[in-house]
Amino acid sequence: MHNKTIAELSAGLEAGEFSSVELTQCYLERINSLDEQLNSFITVTAERALEQAKNADAQRAAGNAGILNGIPLAQKDIFCTKGVKTSCGSRMLDPFISPYDATTINKFNDSGAVMLGKTNMDEFAMGSSNETSWYGPVKNPWKQDAVPGGSSGGSAAAVAARLAPAATGTDTGGSIRQPASFCGITGLKPTYGRVSRYGMIAFASSLDQAGPMTRTAEDAALMLNVMAGMDPRDSTSVDEAVPDYTANLNDSMQGLKIGLPKEYFSQGLDDSVAKVIESALQEYEKMGAVIKEISLPTSNLAVPTYYIIAPSECSSNLSRMDGVRYGHRCEDPKDLNDLYIRSRGEGFGPEVKRRILVGTYALSEGFYDAYYVKAQKTRRLISNDFNQAFNDVDVIMGPAAPSTAFNIGELTDDPITMYLSDIYTIAVNLAGLPGMSIPAGFVNGMPVGLQLIGKHFAEAKLLNVAHQFQQQTDWHMKVPASFK
Amino acid sequence: MQWEVVIGLEIHVQLSTKSKIFSGASTAYGAEPNTQACTVDLGLPGVLPVFNGEALNKSVMFGLAVGAQINERSVFDRKNYFYPDSPKAYQISQLYYPIVGEGYIDIDLEDGSQKRIGVTRAHMEEDAGKSLHENFHKQTGIDLNRAGTPLLEIVSEPDMRSAKEAVAYMRKIHSIVRYLGISDGNMQEGSFRCDANVSLRPIGQEEFGTRAELKNINSFRFVEKAINVEIERQMDILESGGSVTQETRLYDSQKNETRPMRSKEEANDYRYFPDPDLLPIVISAEEIEAIRKTLPELPDAKCARFMQQLGLSEKDAKALTVDRDMADYYEQVQQAIGDAKMAANWILGDVAAINNKNGLEFKDCPVNAEQLTGLLKRIKDNTISGKIAKEVFEAMFSGEGSGSEGDADTIIDKKGLKQITDTGAIETIIDRVIADNPGQVAEFQSGKDKLIGFFVGQVMKASKGKANPGQVNQLLQKKLRS
Amino acid sequence: MSTLDKSDVEKIAFLARLGVDEQDMPEYASNLSKILDMVEQLNSVETDGVKPMAHPLDAVQRLRADEVTEVNDRENLQAHAPETAEGLYLVPRVVE
Repeated sequence: MHNKTIAELSAGLEAGEFSSVELTQCYLERINSLDEQLNSFITVTAERALEQAKNADAQRAAGNAGILNGIPLAQKDIFCTKGVKTSCGSRMLDPFISPYDATTINKFNDSGAVMLGKTNMDEFAMGSSNETSWYGPVKNPWKQDAVPGGSSGGSAAAVAARLAPAATGTDTGGSIRQPASFCGITGLKPTYGRVSRYGMIAFASSLDQAGPMTRTAEDAALMLNVMAGMDPRDSTSVDEAVPDYTANLNDSMQGLKIGLPKEYFSQGLDDSVAKVIESALQEYEKMGAVIKEISLPTSNLAVPTYYIIAPSECSSNLSRMDGVRYGHRCEDPKDLNDLYIRSRGEGFGPEVKRRILVGTYALSEGFYDAYYVKAQKTRRLISNDFNQAFNDVDVIMGPAAPSTAFNIGELTDDPITMYLSDIYTIAVNLAGLPGMSIPAGFVNGMPVGLQLIGKHFAEAKLLNVAHQFQQQTDWHMKVPASFK
Repeated sequence: MQWEVVIGLEIHVQLSTKSKIFSGASTAYGAEPNTQACTVDLGLPGVLPVFNGEALNKSVMFGLAVGAQINERSVFDRKNYFYPDSPKAYQISQLYYPIVGEGYIDIDLEDGSQKRIGVTRAHMEEDAGKSLHENFHKQTGIDLNRAGTPLLEIVSEPDMRSAKEAVAYMRKIHSIVRYLGISDGNMQEGSFRCDANVSLRPIGQEEFGTRAELKNINSFRFVEKAINVEIERQMDILESGGSVTQETRLYDSQKNETRPMRSKEEANDYRYFPDPDLLPIVISAEEIEAIRKTLPELPDAKCARFMQQLGLSEKDAKALTVDRDMADYYEQVQQAIGDAKMAANWILGDVAAINNKNGLEFKDCPVNAEQLTGLLKRIKDNTISGKIAKEVFEAMFSGEGSGSEGDADTIIDKKGLKQITDTGAIETIIDRVIADNPGQVAEFQSGKDKLIGFFVGQVMKASKGKANPGQVNQLLQKKLRS
Repeated sequence: MSTLDKSDVEKIAFLARLGVDEQDMPEYASNLSKILDMVEQLNSVETDGVKPMAHPLDAVQRLRADEVTEVNDRENLQAHAPETAEGLYLVPRVVE
């Protein structure tokens, strides 16, 4: 049962082959017996899940079951879930039982999906390895010395290890795509504004976007069908019609124009990763796609631009964690500043502190124009590059990450190199474009992700392009040995 | 040395929307602590602001009323600072692109001349919560009901040169926002608050002196007192060769002094940047014009109309138009009785006096316009005299009647105050007065015309004020001269 | 080349009301300096006349109707608050 996709499980539920309660129990048992190795969940909501499963079965019996009815899912612990601890991977929010549901959670609840629990993540989504979590690092199911990527590392590991059929992730600079690449699953970061951010704890508001992390592109389409849409509670969500993302999955690749940014294949890219990407591209050529070299000349500006904008926004977004209304509060504060300084000092880990400090500095008097305004301008240059490129091509492809998963501890002392592991994904967030990572092969037994980048709101096209690849290849079907 | 005072005001006006500027929580005043603070107002993790269009409408109305440029694109910024009444640790405000640009108002000076005061800008922002400093287990309690109430901050140019000018400016702004109906202007409840920047410079010097900012002054009276005591303080420092420190000060109305605010001592760096949770506010020229069409007649225009159309003096017209409630009241009475002067005299005289005596705002006057109309109609048709009318008015003020136009008649009947207009009855009284005062009669008849007043008074007294004074005068003249 | 020293970090940390252990200061100073060096690259880019980009889609703000949609939920919202009394959130005594 646990090797089935959402589409298959949904069919099985509908055919009465198994109930949602049985399915949910199956996954809860797997989590119970296997997650010790991975640490992919922060909270498992077994009781609630079985309750939801029971309701889903009743709904199905009454004839009101949608596609996701009764399907167990894992939710990244960044989404507020009413009555359940919502920690965001931080000691700061370890005591935080959310009094409300995020819009995304509401939508999944309404669809009849079952929440298995909340997945581990880098603290406040700041990290590329899941090592910054207060709850300890997550292990990569393909090799337990390796990181699963981050920040949605728990979701990626859980899906790869078949502890959940699918999960949600969020992506500010690559946090869905890079772990999807490292764990050999399918991850989609939608266009900025496509999915509501309400109730999704903000890291960098102008970059954050939630999306599905699944085994297949088809499953991602099913998830996005539920997640997408304008939310009156999120001013930045976009009032753009939501298509049925499964409708065009089978469109032909004949004549598809694929752009390869030459900058993505230059220095820094691991040779064996490059080879995997090249053979994936040949697969597309076989299907009739046309490959064209393009240039994104400002690619080198993406990481520095991001490391001004994201920390600046996060320094302000995280200021509300002050120990007054919720979350961690220090013992016996002697005055107001002591309350703030110690609660925040104890509540946040080193990477979060680093970014708050960078952001606070970048916004401070005398530096605002030189850093923040400058970065907003280079951000536009980066976005313009993509617009230009999309005049000639339908989709841009390249690696999702410069290497396969690195080892736990390998980069923790070197923040800059760690930041550079997001070099191919960050520009996509700056431009607000949709991007995917799909399994494209292996290097030394570790998965490699192919990144697909589309025009604004071209999720259906990306899913179609990904699905067609998955019809020709079986990389996405591979299961890590210890989790078969 | 001779010093010149330089004052600029920042007025915070709570806009009278039903819900908050970025959430659907109520803005009603006086609720139990934190019962009107929703997830957004509390700054819970993950929540997002959504902008209330009515706050925009009301802000644009203000801008148009002061002849200001309305910025078709304005942007919300975050002002970052830690304070417990600021739940997100930033206030959403507008620094770089405010909704309202430069405008002006004209204030009246004591010598009867006018002075133009520049409005630098006005921007939208959210109000903070309240810190309650009573002892809660030796801690401060935080109520966030007020957090997120929409504010319009109106910043003036440093154009005022005395505390009196500052008060006149503040009153004019108050009058305008009340006319526009964009704020209840209630100062006790904090809907209209003022910070004053005060500095001194030697007369003739171009450069401004170092200023002190007086925070949160919540009445017209205190503004004047606070500024004056601050001027004295600064003058003492400067005269003795010292220099003024740039700082935020709090006015203590009980001690009538200003003192530095401890909580504002730390140098702040607000790290303003555009709020990434909100998008630019865009309003088209057409939308602005549509709002312009909804503007009511403003005090200056109303005053001019009262003078031209109704023939009121400038003094009366001004006095009647400061407060929109008074102006509306006046217009209603004036139209009903068709006598502009009589209505003005009554409203600026007896009605204003009794309100002042009882510390009432015009809108809280217990005698409504219908009641006053009924009363004035009875003066005009000679049912009662002006003097008796005061007695009826006082009865109405103390709660007699049902609040309708018929109240005057009911009270007149009940108290038997109807004027005596029967010639025979008046003549009887006159005859008695003439008989009782032969000496005065002789004096009058020998040419001392002024004594007519004495006789009128005697007759009125004898009739207990009910005789029609016009008739009395006429009949007396006839009888005394015969 | 922007090099931050310990006192810079202390100043920034206070602005952010962020407790940083004394012994970690040098490491933060060095990491922050490295990050700032990395972002200095942007200085070499010509951006005159480029409009700053705050949002990827350059969209404009939607307006909400002025309606009260939230009800009193204090009990739920304060259920896990660190310290409350009589409906108020408590903080160490503040002197104005």
